[in-house]
Amino acid sequence: MGRARDALVAGLLLLARKRKRRLWPGQRERIVPPASRNPGSELLATLLLLAAAGCAVAFIVVYVLDRLPAHTQLLGLSLGLACLFVAAALIVTAKRLIVTEELEDDYPAEEHVDEQETVLQLVADSGFSRRRFFKLALGAAGGALALAVLTPIASLGPAIDLARFYATPWRRGRRLVDEHGRPYRASDVEEDTLYTAFAEGSDKEQLGSSLVLVRLPKDRLKLPAGNSGYAADGIVAYSKICTHAGCAISLYRAPLFQPDEPTPALVCPCHYSTFDPASGGRVTFGPAGRKLPMLPLTIAPNGELRAAGNFDSAVGPSWWGVRTKRPTS
Amino acid sequence: MIRKLVRFLDRRTGTAPLLRKTLRYLFPDHWSFLLGEVALYSFVILVATGIYLTLFYENSTATVVYHGPYVPLQGQEMTQAYRSVLDISTTVKAGLLIRQTHHWAADIFIAAIVLHLIRIFFTGAYRKPRELTYWIGLTILLVSLLEGYLGYSLADDLLSGMGLAIGYGVAVSIPFFGANLAALIWDGPFPGKHDFFSRMYVAHVFLIPALIGALLVLHLALVALRHHTQFRETRRQTERKVVGIPTFPGQTPRSLGLFFAVAGVLFLLGGLVQINPIWLWGPYHTYISTNGAQPDWYLGWLIGALRLVPGFDLTIGHYTLVANPFWGGAALPSLVFIFLYLWPWLERRFGGDSAYHNLLDRPRDAPMRTAIGMTTLTWVFLPFVAGSSDRIYVTFGLPYIPQIWAFRVLAVVAPPLAGLIAFWVCRELQAGERVERRRKRAEEEAELA
Amino acid sequence: MRRLLVTGLLALALPAAAAAAGDQQLGYRLFGQYCVACHGVAGSGIAPARVIGTGPQRVPRQQLGLAPSLQGVGALAADFYLRTGYMPLQHVGLQPRRKPVIFDEPQLEGLIAYVASLGRGPKVPKPHPERGSLSEGMQLFTDHCAGCHQVVGEGGYVTGALPPPLKDATSTQIAEAIRIGPYVMPRFSTKALSPSQVNSIVRYVRYAKSPDDRGGWAIGHVGPIPEGLVAWFLGMTALVACCIAIGRRFRRG
Repeated sequence: MGRARDALVAGLLLLARKRKRRLWPGQRERIVPPASRNPGSELLATLLLLAAAGCAVAFIVVYVLDRLPAHTQLLGLSLGLACLFVAAALIVTAKRLIVTEELEDDYPAEEHVDEQETVLQLVADSGFSRRRFFKLALGAAGGALALAVLTPIASLGPAIDLARFYATPWRRGRRLVDEHGRPYRASDVEEDTLYTAFAEGSDKEQLGSSLVLVRLPKDRLKLPAGNSGYAADGIVAYSKICTHAGCAISLYRAPLFQPDEPTPALVCPCHYSTFDPASGGRVTFGPAGRKLPMLPLTIAPNGELRAAGNFDSAVGPSWWGVRTKRPTS
Repeated sequence: MIRKLVRFLDRRTGTAPLLRKTLRYLFPDHWSFLLGEVALYSFVILVATGIYLTLFYENSTATVVYHGPYVPLQGQEMTQAYRSVLDISTTVKAGLLIRQTHHWAADIFIAAIVLHLIRIFFTGAYRKPRELTYWIGLTILLVSLLEGYLGYSLADDLLSGMGLAIGYGVAVSIPFFGANLAALIWDGPFPGKHDFFSRMYVAHVFLIPALIGALLVLHLALVALRHHTQFRETRRQTERKVVGIPTFPGQTPRSLGLFFAVAGVLFLLGGLVQINPIWLWGPYHTYISTNGAQPDWYLGWLIGALRLVPGFDLTIGHYTLVANPFWGGAALPSLVFIFLYLWPWLERRFGGDSAYHNLLDRPRDAPMRTAIGMTTLTWVFLPFVAGSSDRIYVTFGLPYIPQIWAFRVLAVVAPPLAGLIAFWVCRELQAGERVERRRKRAEEEAELA
Repeated sequence: MRRLLVTGLLALALPAAAAAAGDQQLGYRLFGQYCVACHGVAGSGIAPARVIGTGPQRVPRQQLGLAPSLQGVGALAADFYLRTGYMPLQHVGLQPRRKPVIFDEPQLEGLIAYVASLGRGPKVPKPHPERGSLSEGMQLFTDHCAGCHQVVGEGGYVTGALPPPLKDATSTQIAEAIRIGPYVMPRFSTKALSPSQVNSIVRYVRYAKSPDDRGGWAIGHVGPIPEGLVAWFLGMTALVACCIAIGRRFRRG
């Protein structure tokens, strides 16, 4: 059944081809068969193009007219619609106005064996491939030159000396100041809230400078042996930079009524690493693999908060040597 | 007129035969073959809008105090970089339209590449002789992820800075030399010096776009040299004969139409849907952060993976062999890309098929490939969803910690399950078709008898 | 609709609340009905030590009513918890969430007056956002609040709790919450944030309810997640539809 239909179609096509062969004198054979006339679609495409032109003009008008409300929206609408109208006109053209040929062609040959052989013979005949010592020297020159050219990359940064990764501005006696440079007094620091502090005179953006400062009831503090004496009158200070991926710890979970509610915790909003301020910055939840660095505090005779030394561990996200050295001033 | 032009060209360059061949080059016709074109046209829009933005962007981290028209930020200290993006969004006429279109184009560009890659994978289009095309395409995707991340970071708003901090965390977590690498990139520890912004800038506006452009040219040249693959839908389409629509007149209005459709959709999005309103985020400082910060969608799988990895650093004595962010931020994407790069070879090696292929498979024709593809896709998709687990909690009330545990379990269980189901579905579909064919043959025989 | 109604009621109720001249007798009766089981007689609180006496850590969470003393919290706290619907709470241990208020205006005033009478405590604050500075407010909000509530006040997550979005919070409630620190929120005294700073924060939070969305449809002010959804479900869907309109689908048979 289907075969018969195919044969019929093929026959008709052949006939049609024959017909086309009869040309007017001076007329050349067509490459692309003629498309059927389609006045409706032609009109539609024309209208769409005119609409596009209208929208494009509207864009210019909107641009020139200042002080329009929703300026950006009108600009986007006019330009976007102009493009979409052109797109629609082109799709109508493709589908309705021009003829869609379905042609056949050969895929390119898989390989050209003769050409390959010729290339190989060329290389062989040149004689380069046989001189082993020469090839070695060529390799050495190439490799050394490549290395030489890449060497200046080392100027980009201190790739070998990582001392700055351990450096913080904190040392014994350094005052804790707020964002405006005012020193913190121990009496300023209240329970159930958090403060951001910096090393006096330091660059606030440096990872080692910023602290989060909280005060806990003294009987709640359970500092490990290594951190005993780090708190001053119940005030504890931790690096504000999360040891997981370096975001700022700006969340303090401060329960209003302890028995019913989660315990106090410092939280990083990027991946919700959660640290216990009462126990020296231990990780209680989340992906952080290292406790929060803790800064020892003292209270000066005039009541100001001061550092009693540097952090107990290096600041910032962990790297190969983060646990090998204590931070330096 | 046209005759004059063609004659001029041919007489000066001798390219009339090439021109004729180009105009009659055949494009096999299927809607899914157009996804790569969508990516290409998004790239064109990206370059055009990007050039416009560079005319206004100031690549400087010098601090200034804002006195512009946007009231909530007046008097705030910010970098010149952020201030210039703020100006593009507020005072430059049509600046916000172009900026938003650029950002949407980036999101759509990578979405289109991903869909294109999925089509290529599941139809086996990467097989001999098209592995090079496939590898170049993968490289374009990889480089585009970096390019998008740099663009997101250059604005220097609060989300940019938090994203950079996480990028730094991942960089230093690389075993042995991570910190050295980061020191090279940032010129010391985070947030680095002024040089760092210059480096991001030159990479974002010149080095990487040029690289993507060059790779695109190679990609397209290779496609043309080997001709496009095709589905076997009629008897005319064989391994040796390509059937398709010629460049001219058939394909030209189709491709141009698609270009204008892409441009139209992007400009509409750019004008009507707000993207990355940096004036609402405010400037970045290392000591502030906001809840709900996220990377653009194409890096969502990484933030999800960072959240799913349990909290530990792998240490040997005092040395930190693997710091935590490495698993989610570097190991997962490396693994996925290494797998994708090796896949054509893996399939040849273990599937035993090293023949030339111009005809595409339907996903059901290669159940093993479809199963492995679904496994990988699920494995990437789960952390992708986990990346928004906090907002899922805020919006739908599913508690966060149980979600994280559920995603951890699913990340192990769901991918192989998805693969098995895909395999089974393919087999069933094949069996269904076999039955159908047998029935048809029997009917034909009955008709003859 | 209901939320609208409640907000409307709240708006109407505000001036009256400031007067705090409620009927204490009514308040006393309602306290006995709704509050005493957890907050104790005369709001003296029920602490875990009194229930079991073996140390606070061992008390099963939902064993009995456990709630803080209300003596000295003043009209401020009562006004906040009752007018947000945070109290009464279904059971102890839950995070209080914004709910429809179950009391009418005289009942609210009575309860507030009663709680205020339990001890000397702060009055209901009267913030003046119009006196605050928007830019100072944004800066203070970013420094103190954005970590939990998100920089445009869209709410967020903190391990174990949900900092609420601030879209429904009235000026008074914002000022009250800053001073109370409900549930696990930090508490800011007048020393940490002065009344004029609170004015600025309130002004910013009010602004953030409908900020400058010059870019168009705001899609939630939370950045890349809704943006990704739009990119895929609007942008890519439209473009795939274009591809299907231009290219061919499978031929059957």
